Amino acid sequence: MGCHLCEYYCAFAHSGKIDMVKAFSGDSKPQPRLTIEEGDSINFAVSCRHCETPLCVKSCITGAMQKDEDGRVFVDESRCVGCYTCILVCPYGSVIPGKEKAIKKCDLCIESGKPACAENCPNLAIVYEERG
Amino acid sequence: MGINYFTPQYEVCRDPKKCIKCKVCMRQCANEVHSYDEELDMMVADDSKCVDCQRCVSLCPTRALRITKYQNEFKENANWTQQHITEIYKQANTGGVLLSSMGNPVPYPIYWDKLLINASQVTNPSIDPLREPMETRVQLGSKPQKLEFDEDGKLKTKIAPHLDLQVPIMFSAMSYGSISRNAHESLARAAEELGTYYNTGEGGLNEDFYQYGKNTIVQVASGRFGVHVGYLSAGAAIEIKMGQGAKPGIGGHLPGEKVGEDVSKTRMIPVGSDAISPAPHHDIYSIEDLRQLVFSLKEATAYTKPVIVKIAAVHNVAAIASGIARSGADIIAIDGYRGGTGAAPTRIRDNVGIPIELALASVDQRLRDEGIRNNVSLVVAGSIRNSGDIVKAIALGADAVYIGTSALIALGCHVCRSCHGGKCNWGIATQRPDLVKRLNPDIGYKRLINLVHAWDHEIKEMLGGMGINAIESLKGNRLMLRGIGLSQKELDILGVMHAGE
Repeated sequence: MGCHLCEYYCAFAHSGKIDMVKAFSGDSKPQPRLTIEEGDSINFAVSCRHCETPLCVKSCITGAMQKDEDGRVFVDESRCVGCYTCILVCPYGSVIPGKEKAIKKCDLCIESGKPACAENCPNLAIVYEERG
Repeated sequence: MGINYFTPQYEVCRDPKKCIKCKVCMRQCANEVHSYDEELDMMVADDSKCVDCQRCVSLCPTRALRITKYQNEFKENANWTQQHITEIYKQANTGGVLLSSMGNPVPYPIYWDKLLINASQVTNPSIDPLREPMETRVQLGSKPQKLEFDEDGKLKTKIAPHLDLQVPIMFSAMSYGSISRNAHESLARAAEELGTYYNTGEGGLNEDFYQYGKNTIVQVASGRFGVHVGYLSAGAAIEIKMGQGAKPGIGGHLPGEKVGEDVSKTRMIPVGSDAISPAPHHDIYSIEDLRQLVFSLKEATAYTKPVIVKIAAVHNVAAIASGIARSGADIIAIDGYRGGTGAAPTRIRDNVGIPIELALASVDQRLRDEGIRNNVSLVVAGSIRNSGDIVKAIALGADAVYIGTSALIALGCHVCRSCHGGKCNWGIATQRPDLVKRLNPDIGYKRLINLVHAWDHEIKEMLGGMGINAIESLKGNRLMLRGIGLSQKELDILGVMHAGE
């Protein structure tokens, strides 16, 4: 429904802060790992599909982009040099340039185990489910 | 036109320390109250457009928002209240009839709150519904005066068609048009899973909803919109709408702008034409005429479906109900003056009709006095707010209740009474596609099921407390009720004793 709350909850979840107000106060606002595409009659969240054969992993020049045994595609920010090759090859447009050098992408909120976007979507437009 | 006499009704209070400027309030407000001021780098609000629907408050992720009454007061006057004065300004501006939605909000007495329920102590044991069977199933329809059996003990008497409810609760008539497609779908799916019924309202039945037919009551109102034999056969029962609690004595008007392709097809009228429901049925001017329609509908459906006649609770309701009970109708639905609406003239909604509690008590008594109570079942509507109201209604003589407003509240409605604006931020009373999709029927139908299950549990607890194990045994059992703070006349009409007696 285009409320963009997923973006804010995503950014908050990755801000390291325990309070949402604190996370967004100050000059450097936390960045979300997904974006909402808005159309006339349809809006949807663009986030990483965690592809079976991820082009981003294949094309990463430093090995920063990896896929773990659970199928999660993640970035090792310390190894990312910000060449943006992953951004160019991702067919879904779900890799986001970071404010700093490293790119940003969905990590499925691995720390809490529950993706913040799906947890906080007021209309169940985003759901998190295992698909094989 | 000159001076603007209006001050906002509500004030949007935003805590700037908490606001993170995520703009969800701006994006979610169809009334365009909130906006972002780039120069100030802050969210601002136009209070005058706020209807206090609470959508922004509910979605604000940091709880930075609060809506309060606008603190501007006209000179205090017990007679000329600010509301009366403002309404005159409005009418002086426009020359129009004032419109409102939802049920009558005027502080008339609420008799449910002046009735108390009994419980067993010492001499008659109460029943624990968690350990012993407890029945809240209800059959609605005409009951035979006596049963006859043949030599083999088989039933000879022909039983009239019935509605079989697993809970004594049905969803009131709300048309696809007055409420959104997603709201309709939520009600239909919930009715199916709960083993009860929802009601199409007068706008016909969209072909996508025929699949819920066995849990559908199809309505025939004065405009006869969308009525054809397929429609009549699709439902489990047919309801003739003679009146509505929120606006007794008047019809309805769906403006042509709302009659798009889909509504046009469902209502069987040309695209863009106004859908006007006349105040009366133009073929019903007597009980005999009503009887003709009842039997026309029964004939059309081969006497397989019960026919409901729905009336508004008005002054002479007992005599009217007595006539209906003799017209061949199987069920009488009575809608009290607090019943909801998608749009009604304010003066009608606030001043016409009588409380459902009094109407129910007098109708039940009249039908019993005349020995025709078993000819019909009684369903009451018009602000059933909780399971306590249901227990009281059944003890006063109802067979089941209709819930409309409560069901919409379960879907997120905040009773802001702005349905007639068509910009419901909760996706309920609107046809705007971007708003409709805010109500996800997958969420909605589960919330309705939760509500009815919760109420069913509570009804069982209260029945158990009274030492009753079936809702049938509570029906019309007014000894289980006592009045509090009521006059002798009110007690006489309700047929209950005062607390302490």
